[in-house]
Amino acid sequence: MEFVELIVNGRTLSGEVEGRKLLSEFLREDLRCTGTHIGCDTSQCGACVVHVGGKAVKSCTMFAWEADGMEVVTIEGMADEDSLGDIQQAFQDNHALQCGFCTPGMVMSAAALLDENPDPSDAEIRDYLEGNLCRCTGYQNIVKAIRSVAEQRESAAAA
Amino acid sequence: MPKDYGIGASSKRREDVRFLTGSGRYTDDINVPGQAFVSFVRSEVAHGKLNSVETEEASAMPGVLRVFTGADFEGVGGLPCGWQITDRNGEPMKEPAHPILAQGKVRHVGDPIAAVVAESEAQARDAAEAVAVDVQELPAVLDMKSALEDEGLVHEDAGTNLCFDWGFVEDNKDAVDAALAGAHHVTTLELTNNRLVANAMEPRVAIGDYDAATDVSTLFTTSQNPHVIRLLMGAFVLSIPEHKLRVVAPDVGGGFGSKIYHYAEEAFCTFAARQLLCPVKWTATRSESFVTDAHGRDHVSKIELGLDEDGNFLAIRTATLANMGAYLSTFAPAVPTYLHGTLMAGNYKTPNIYVNVKAVFTNTVPVDAYRGAGRPEATFQLERVIDKAARELGIDPVELRRKNFIDKEQFPYATPVALQYDTGDYAATMDKLAEISDFEGFESRLEESKRNGKLRGLGVNCYIEACGIAPSNLVGQLGARAGLYESATVRVNATGSVTILTGTHSHGQGHETTFPQVLADMFGIGEDQINLVHGDTANTPMGMGTYGSRSIAVGGAALVRAAEKIIAKAKKIAAHLMEASADDIEFADGQFTVAGTDKSVAWGDVCLTAYVPHNYPLEELEPGLEETSFYDPANFTFPAGAYACEVEVEPETGKVDVVAFSAADDFGNVINPMIVDGQVHGGIAQGIGQALREHAVYDDGGQLVSGSYMEYAMPRADDIPDLAVDHSCQTPCTHNPLGVKGCGEAGAIGSPPTVVNAVVDALQRGGYDVDHIDMPLSPFRVWSAING
Ligand code: FES
Ligand code: FES
Repeated sequence: MEFVELIVNGRTLSGEVEGRKLLSEFLREDLRCTGTHIGCDTSQCGACVVHVGGKAVKSCTMFAWEADGMEVVTIEGMADEDSLGDIQQAFQDNHALQCGFCTPGMVMSAAALLDENPDPSDAEIRDYLEGNLCRCTGYQNIVKAIRSVAEQRESAAAA
Repeated sequence: MPKDYGIGASSKRREDVRFLTGSGRYTDDINVPGQAFVSFVRSEVAHGKLNSVETEEASAMPGVLRVFTGADFEGVGGLPCGWQITDRNGEPMKEPAHPILAQGKVRHVGDPIAAVVAESEAQARDAAEAVAVDVQELPAVLDMKSALEDEGLVHEDAGTNLCFDWGFVEDNKDAVDAALAGAHHVTTLELTNNRLVANAMEPRVAIGDYDAATDVSTLFTTSQNPHVIRLLMGAFVLSIPEHKLRVVAPDVGGGFGSKIYHYAEEAFCTFAARQLLCPVKWTATRSESFVTDAHGRDHVSKIELGLDEDGNFLAIRTATLANMGAYLSTFAPAVPTYLHGTLMAGNYKTPNIYVNVKAVFTNTVPVDAYRGAGRPEATFQLERVIDKAARELGIDPVELRRKNFIDKEQFPYATPVALQYDTGDYAATMDKLAEISDFEGFESRLEESKRNGKLRGLGVNCYIEACGIAPSNLVGQLGARAGLYESATVRVNATGSVTILTGTHSHGQGHETTFPQVLADMFGIGEDQINLVHGDTANTPMGMGTYGSRSIAVGGAALVRAAEKIIAKAKKIAAHLMEASADDIEFADGQFTVAGTDKSVAWGDVCLTAYVPHNYPLEELEPGLEETSFYDPANFTFPAGAYACEVEVEPETGKVDVVAFSAADDFGNVINPMIVDGQVHGGIAQGIGQALREHAVYDDGGQLVSGSYMEYAMPRADDIPDLAVDHSCQTPCTHNPLGVKGCGEAGAIGSPPTVVNAVVDALQRGGYDVDHIDMPLSPFRVWSAING
């Protein structure tokens, strides 16, 4: 067993884990951050995307101990104090989710994309979401939501 | 001005807030104190005789509480089938037992053999690997045609691999044969509807819990219909009466049919919790989902269409082999029969139709309803053969369809395959389609593609579906073993807020938003004054759940009926308060008024009076304001539409790109246009997935080759174009109070033939003599067709 300590959404959380425990499992089972979802066992679906050390990663591709001491941001950390964050709000406004299962991973990927590329084209958005599967929405409204955030941020910056 | 609340408004979804903040409560998010975990030992071979299962070593491993095998389930019921089909020879279908854990034989890769329950998930998995299974492998029965030779049997006691041979409508057969024999032209097409895996993004989960003090079992499960699970598992498998069994389906991450059925793992966890006196949890891995969730489609068909010299359809004859897999899943026999044969008339006035379906057992995962269920298979055959006929006869495919449409004056229209379409206007949706997909600009886009070295094609398609499932007396005659009504309770609270309790279940459809929209209109109160409770048999009325695009058409109708009872009672209370006769009370915008006067009382005052009945006609009227309705539909509903798609094909590689897709649907009245658009988007994406990418492939030994997301090609964001969807053509349903038809499955039904028609069109325009390619239209298949 190993002792692992993470800074999750600004809070220090820790637990004892077996070496084989994945970060995704550690977050869900030990730290009870169940917003991060597990949709596959081959690292293909993206439901588990979180930010580790500022980068988007599929949390099922890392062992919990590999993240020891790192800052982790999950979907639970994406809202502002008493309102949704801008990406979350855009997802609601554009009906970019149905069952909600892929949504945490989608939002975390979208946030990382907009950090890397504040003004992505539709094609760039679709390309970036290669690693995130959604079975419900057909992706169109997800693309629309992400584009609307880019536009809002741009006009806010211009103002 | 679009409405901003109530029916017809694109109200934002309230459920989104919890899903967007990570506070959804999916089944795997639930942990019951003291829970143990189960890991299943599953068959690695497709077909085999089970000689022995050695559990001693596993039982002694750390944390293991008990190892269960088939022997523990002797005398326990197997998984039941909810539908019985009668064979052409008058006999009932073959209905072999479906044990919870294998007994004597294994019949598909993934068939559960043993179950290890341990204190931790890791311990359960480790110990499962130590269970020694001795299986004598038998030749796998896979191909449906050869299965019918009965050389190897999936179920010895059935004596055959033929589950049933079904003719519909048997009395039409001679007339159809004669009409085809005398037809000016007969177009014949043989085609396969590829086997699919539903792949809801949330894998299945079950948690069984048992309270010995009250003798109540609780099952938390990823289900589209908790009451159906309670009925099937309680009555047929574990013999637990309803009042001792609670089934909870909390937030569910998509279903698409695959979460309708009662699965072995649900019964196992409930059973084991009673045996071990501790909660037992199972969470599927995705690999497990691939070999245990019911698959979809998998039909092999031949269709013949007879036409006269003017292009009028005279007769249709089809023969289909439908794969049932190794066992009969809950709805399986209904899919290729009453959800498929009945739809073979499509949008057309073909006078003679005969459908034959042979359902076949094979050593594969059970096959059952997947989004559309039977209707996509019918539409695919019909719309592909019409397209082929048009090309053979040199008639424009759109014109051939228009010529044979049922005219809008002909409704209600009785088809030769037992349905009575209540309403529709197929020419109107085709006109709308021509407009939104800019048929006229196609030639110039074609030139553009040519300049880029690409082939371009335009595919058009129509569909009709029967949904709003279903009139109980009718489906009872057709073999259903349950009713298909729906229920709603409207509980008006003392301060005027309202709680809806419904038997439907939302797993992405947005019921928490749309059901309140309906009541907001009826009661004249804000949507935020109303909430919805669903998914728990302990606090919702018995209902049949969500599938078959039935929730708003059947559940919404129950809601309206219950609300009407509320209004009738509330008027009596208002009449008492205003010392008037109830007949004189009018109710609008949340105010009860005495007709022709300025006397009125508000909704809130009436609600409060109902619960604080100090000034109340107690001798005539009970206090309280709560009503329940069970609604059984008079008929199916018939959404219909016309779809178009443009593809570009790279002739060197066979790669197909869907570059444009438009859908003109008639869903009748629409409660929330934003949500309806989303449903159509999702359905079309699944249909494009089926047409171009998805395929559950078994190898010769019965191993599922495409058993993970590495091989099973799910549509990703850059596989789907921007979709133009329109549902402004509306012929309201004539027999339900909201005039709604349902929209959940349309996209998945209408899109696969549209894509295939477009690819064939592209190849033919490019000068290649190709009249059909089976789905999925992978680059290899298209390239092979191009290169003969
Ligand atoms: S769970 Fe991590 S990619 Fe699927
Ligand atoms: S919203 Fe259901 S999988 Fe994306």
